[in-house]
Amino acid sequence: MRKAFVPLLALAGLIFMTAPILIMRARYESTMGLVQKIFYFHMPPAMLMLLSAIFCGLISMLYLIKKRPVYDWIAFAAAELTVLYGAMAMVTGPLWARKAWGVWWVWDARLTMSLLLWMVFVSYLLLRRYGGPGSETLAAGLALFGMATSPFVYLSVNIWRTLHPLTSVVPTLPVDFAFALWYAFLGFLLLYIALMTMRVRIEEQRALVDQLYLESEE
Amino acid sequence: MSLDFLELSIRELSRNFGRRRALSRVSLDCRAGETVGLLGPNGAGKSTLLAIVSTLATPSSGDVRYGGKTAGEIGAALRGRIGVLSHDLHLYSELTAKENLIFFGRLYGVTNPEAVAATALERARLGDRGGDLVSGFSRGMRQRLALERALLHAPRLLLLDEPFTGLDDASTRALVERLRELRTAGCITLVATHDLDVAEVVLDRAVILQDGKLVASEPDVRGLRTRYQARLRTGAAS
Amino acid sequence: MTAFLRAVWIIARKDLAIEARSRELINTTVFFALSCVVVFSVSFVGEGGDGRAMGEAAAGILWIAIAFSGTLALGRTFERERYGDTLRALLLAPGARPAVYVGKLLGVVMLLLATEVIIVPLVAFLFQARLFDHALLLVSLLVFGTVGFACVGTLFAAMLGRARSRDVLLPILLYPVTIPVMIAGVRGTAALLAAEPQLEMARVWTMLLLSFDVVFVTLSLWTFESVMTE
Repeated sequence: MRKAFVPLLALAGLIFMTAPILIMRARYESTMGLVQKIFYFHMPPAMLMLLSAIFCGLISMLYLIKKRPVYDWIAFAAAELTVLYGAMAMVTGPLWARKAWGVWWVWDARLTMSLLLWMVFVSYLLLRRYGGPGSETLAAGLALFGMATSPFVYLSVNIWRTLHPLTSVVPTLPVDFAFALWYAFLGFLLLYIALMTMRVRIEEQRALVDQLYLESEE
Repeated sequence: MSLDFLELSIRELSRNFGRRRALSRVSLDCRAGETVGLLGPNGAGKSTLLAIVSTLATPSSGDVRYGGKTAGEIGAALRGRIGVLSHDLHLYSELTAKENLIFFGRLYGVTNPEAVAATALERARLGDRGGDLVSGFSRGMRQRLALERALLHAPRLLLLDEPFTGLDDASTRALVERLRELRTAGCITLVATHDLDVAEVVLDRAVILQDGKLVASEPDVRGLRTRYQARLRTGAAS
Repeated sequence: MTAFLRAVWIIARKDLAIEARSRELINTTVFFALSCVVVFSVSFVGEGGDGRAMGEAAAGILWIAIAFSGTLALGRTFERERYGDTLRALLLAPGARPAVYVGKLLGVVMLLLATEVIIVPLVAFLFQARLFDHALLLVSLLVFGTVGFACVGTLFAAMLGRARSRDVLLPILLYPVTIPVMIAGVRGTAALLAAEPQLEMARVWTMLLLSFDVVFVTLSLWTFESVMTE
C-alpha cells in the first residue's frame, strides 16, 4: 500500500489540475452563475466525509473486537480525514448556500447530521490527544457510537424540517455537469486514499520505533 | 462451585504501553498451598502483573493459565475463584463494614451473606465495629476488612498488592497468621511487596522483578534482604 | 438471565443505600437543575412573549437543565467508584460485566427521574405551561429521553474512568452523540405545550426516543466489557 502513495498523489494532482477545465466547460447553472461551480468542490468532500465517518466507525468496531493495532491506526487516520474533509465541506457549503438560498446555514436534516458527525470526530481527536493512555479503546467506542447516532440525527431533524436539495438532483444533472462532478469526486477520493496511506504509515512507523525502544532494553 | 484449579501458570507475559515496557517475558508457576512473593522496587511491574492475572487487564503477549486454561476459555466464572486485595482496598467508605461485606458477598453469590459477613468481621477483629462507616476506620482496620472482603467467597487464588503497607505490628502478625491459614487450606497466594522482613516470614518462595523483567527466582527466602539488595545493585549496574 | 438481573439489582440497591444515607447527589443535582432553569429562564425569556414562544422556551430549558445536571450526576456517580477503586472491584465480580453497566445505569436513571419530578412542575409553574394535560405522553417522553441520555452517558463516564481531563471530556463526547435525544425531547415537549397540543407528533417523538434507547442500550452492552478492559 505504501508504494501506492506517490502514484496516487500524482494521479490526484493531475485530476485537480485538469478538473478546472472540465468545470469551466460545464454549462453555467441557470440561476446562480459562476458561484455554482463551488459545488464541485463542496459535494465530493461532503460525501467523502460521511463515507469516511462510516468507515471509521466500522474499523473501530473491528478494533474493539480484534484489538489489532493496525485497525486503530486506520481508524485514527479516518477520523482525521473526516474532520479535514468535513472542514472543507463546511467552508465551501456556506459559500454556495449564501448565493443559492440567501443564508449561510440552515438547520435541515442533512446539514445538521453532517455537523454533528463532524463534531463527534473532533471530539474523537480531542479524546485521543488529551485522554491519556488507553484512549484508543475509548475513542473506538466513541467512533462507533457517533456512527450509530447519525441516522437518528438525520431522522429527527428530518421529522422536524427539510430544506436541502434532494439527492435526486445529482442523477438528473446534465451530462457535462455530472461528468465534471464525478471527475472532481474521483480526485478527492484519490487524495483521501493517498493521505490515508501516508497517515497509516506514520502510525506504523511510530509503533515500529516503540518496538525498537522496547527491544533495545532487552 | 464446580470450577476449580490447582496450578497457576504464567508464560512469557509481556505488557507494554507504547514505548514503556511494564512487563517483559515474565514466567512463573504456582501450585495450591504456595505463597509466592513478587518483590521489586516501585515501577517494577508487580501491579501490572497482578492486574493481568486478575483478568482486569490483557497482556501484549504471553498468557496466564488457570489449571491449564486461559481466562478466555474459562469465562466469567473464573473471577469467582479469585480474590484481590488491591492497594486501594476496594471498599465503599460511605457504607458500614458489615454492609460492605454483605454487598460483596451477594455479588459473589455467597450463600447466606449475612452470616458469612458476621464471621468475616470476627476474623478481622472488627466484630464490634460492624455498624460503623468505613470512612471512620484507620488504615489498619480497613486493610483487615479489605482482606476479609477478598476472602468472602473462599477463592482459590488470592492476589495481594502491598498488603503490609501502613500496618502496625499487631495487624502485621495477624495478617501473617491469616496467610499461613490460607496456605494450609490450599490457596495459591501471590503477594506483591517491598517489605522484606515480613516477606521472609510469610513467603514460601519469591521472584524479583525489576523494570518489568524477572531478574531472580528465590526458592529459599532466608537471608532474602541481603540477596535482594545485591540483585538490585547488579541489576542497576548492568 | 436471572443471575444477570440479580447482579444489576444488587449494584443498583447499593447505590441507593449510599445515596439514601447522605442524599448528596439528589440534593446537589436537584439544586443545580433548579439553578439552570432559573438562569436560562432569565436569559432567554424576554419582555412579553406570546404563548407559543413560551412553550418552546419552556421545553428547551427543561431539557437543557436535564442534560447539564445529568452530566454532573454521571461524573459524580463514577467519582464515588474511584475512591476505593471500587469500579475495578465490581468488574472483578463473577457475573457478566455488562451487569455492572446496567446496575449503574439504573442508579443514574432513578436519580435523574427524581430530579425531573421536581423541576418539571417548576418549569410548568414558571411558564404557566399546561404540562400535565397529557401526563402519560409527557412521562413517556421524559422516561425514554432520560434513559437515552443516561445510557450513553453511563458508558462514556465509565469508559473515561481514570482518563486525564475526564471531567470536561464527558460533556464533549456525550452531547454530540445524544443530540437526537435532545431534539426529540424538546420537540416532543414543545408539541405538548403548543396552543393546539399535537399529540400525534408527540407520539412520533416518543417512538423515536424508544428506538434510540433500544439501539444504544444494546450497543453499550456489547461494547462495555471491551472498553473497560485495560
